[in-house]
Amino acid sequence: MSDLAVDTEIDRSQMTVSDDVAIEINNMNKWYGAFHVLRDIDLTVNQGERIVICGPSGSGKSTLIRCINALEEHQQGKIVVDGTVLSNDLKNIDKIRREVGMVFQHFNLFPHLTILENCTLAPIWVRKVPKKEAVDTAMHFLEKVKIPEQANKYPGQLSGGQQQRVAIARSLCMKPRIMLFDEPTSALDPEMIKEVLDTMIELAQEGMTMLCVTHEMGFARQVANRVIFMDQGQIVEQNEPEEFFNNPKSDRTKLFLSQILGH
Amino acid sequence: MSEMHAETVGYVRDTMLPEQDPPATSVGAIGWLRENLFSGWFNSVLTILSLIFIYWILSALLPWFFSPTWEATSLNECREILAEMGREGHFGGACWGVIRDRWVQLLFGFYPSGLYWRPILAFILLFVALGPVLFSDYFPGKLIWFSAIYPFLMPWLLWGGSVWTPLLVIAGLGIGYGVFRVVAAAAGNLAGIIAAVIAALAWWIFLVGPLSELIHSIIPAGLNSVDSRNFGGFMLSITIGVVAIAISLPLGIVLALGRRSDLLIVKALCVGFIEFIRGVPLITLLFVASTLLNIFMPPGTNFDIILRVIIMATLFASAYMAEVIRGGLAALPKGQYEGADSLGLDYWQAQRLIIMPQALKISIPGIVSTFIGLFKDTVLVSIIGLLDPLGLSNAIRADSDWNGIVWELYGFIALLFFIFCFGMSRYSMYLERKLQTGHR
Repeated sequence: MSDLAVDTEIDRSQMTVSDDVAIEINNMNKWYGAFHVLRDIDLTVNQGERIVICGPSGSGKSTLIRCINALEEHQQGKIVVDGTVLSNDLKNIDKIRREVGMVFQHFNLFPHLTILENCTLAPIWVRKVPKKEAVDTAMHFLEKVKIPEQANKYPGQLSGGQQQRVAIARSLCMKPRIMLFDEPTSALDPEMIKEVLDTMIELAQEGMTMLCVTHEMGFARQVANRVIFMDQGQIVEQNEPEEFFNNPKSDRTKLFLSQILGH
Repeated sequence: MSEMHAETVGYVRDTMLPEQDPPATSVGAIGWLRENLFSGWFNSVLTILSLIFIYWILSALLPWFFSPTWEATSLNECREILAEMGREGHFGGACWGVIRDRWVQLLFGFYPSGLYWRPILAFILLFVALGPVLFSDYFPGKLIWFSAIYPFLMPWLLWGGSVWTPLLVIAGLGIGYGVFRVVAAAAGNLAGIIAAVIAALAWWIFLVGPLSELIHSIIPAGLNSVDSRNFGGFMLSITIGVVAIAISLPLGIVLALGRRSDLLIVKALCVGFIEFIRGVPLITLLFVASTLLNIFMPPGTNFDIILRVIIMATLFASAYMAEVIRGGLAALPKGQYEGADSLGLDYWQAQRLIIMPQALKISIPGIVSTFIGLFKDTVLVSIIGLLDPLGLSNAIRADSDWNGIVWELYGFIALLFFIFCFGMSRYSMYLERKLQTGHR
């Protein structure tokens, strides 16, 4: 986890943050049974922001981004995604999930479908796109993540890095306005981390709104416009990456950074 | 220090080793024999003992099996034929005359012999209907329409009667669908499904019978009807088995989903049903079907005995099926559900496209075991007086010509059952191989 994990030259011309609000979270609380996992979360994400969320294990960072597309249910507070209030109404949940792509630590590809079918399934069934158009879109994004030649293989035949890039392509096929990444490189061999990060950097350069839970501090430094540090279910500190890494304010952030960057 | 350093100095391979053939003793027939039969003195001794044992069994069985009694017309005639050849006693020889004399009865029971073409046609069409379902790669997709019609065609061929009855039964599906569309639009999917099921059941139970008679009196068209009493033999086993198998799988899927549902009442109903059925022996259910149900029915209703048995066998198998499929569902990683959810698929889409294909694939061995068990359980209907092959074997022995014949009849019945069960087992292996998509 060195801070030099990424050394790609970044084109910042399209990485602009607009004034439109993409995600707004107010006073959000969540419990697992009696355990208070998320406490009074307030977070506003504008369109075009690239946010990296970091923190020790069990600090609630994954839970936070899983609440945004309702994979986890929150008990208190308000979440508004792209103008839609996240409530128990299934219609709203499905609407939000269509606009929000998610990439998981363990890829969660569908092993019984080919790569191409993985990518076309949701557009065809959820967005009702004609099959041919869905295939064209899928091939476009598979080319973008640089594995069009694997389109007719099954996920089990690909390496971890390739599978994760397919997972990214699969999300992009739904043309989401927001992308959530839940530790996308944590389950990968070191040599495959770069290929996934490169794909994510490319996405950021195109102006995608991204929320990314990761320990890749090099990625955070280069791509993020904001870094959020969480501990014990709370947002402890957030700042621009330069300031966050060079001049952390809270003791817990300092301790965390010294552990993660110190060796 | 310097010595150690000298020992750990680097080594670089400059030529790669070429590939070599494995040693001759580990490949080919000799390699196979060594590995599988004669690996070590203990295994060699076991191999030889096993061969002796197999020889001993076969030397007793084969002479019994090859016995020229095909033309005999009674057990006494068999004994005379064998006695002339100097073969006496229990192992003297099989009496195959009984199979030649009674195989038609073992297949069809007391079905009118002039109408044998109907069960035979139904049996042949069964394979046409199963083809597109079981071997979708080799059959034209359009044939699936025939598979959809077959469940209505088969009972009509077997029992006969007015052609309007199956058509009106099919119409019931349309009515159910219409009700679903109307109610679902007004009150949501779940209410729609419940209303559709009630409407279709009401149509089938109360209206199909009278309506069919009415139309038949205006436009008569149909086949001679055959009473359930005349059904028997393998035809009966296959009818009960195939119908129960075909219905218990979808029913089992629904029960398994219900058992994992968040809806409290649905879950409680499914758990209650599964646990009740699994807690009761099949024999008990069959007795309920044959005797008790009549007591609860309004006087004068004629609820076909075979239909009652099929319903009980189906319910019994579906409870086991539900648990087998629940095992498959439980084996799926949570990530598959989350992957489907995160893409915006709704519950039914996720189940149909992502969850069920994988869960069913995992459950194939268990599902097929349940099928095989169900098919073999159909012989239990002989206990409530239906003449399945086992029931018929008793009837045949009651004939003074064949009184005392045991092994030949049971052997023949066992062979036919084995063919079906082995077929199912091989098919499940084919399916598993076909669905193999690399390690997960």
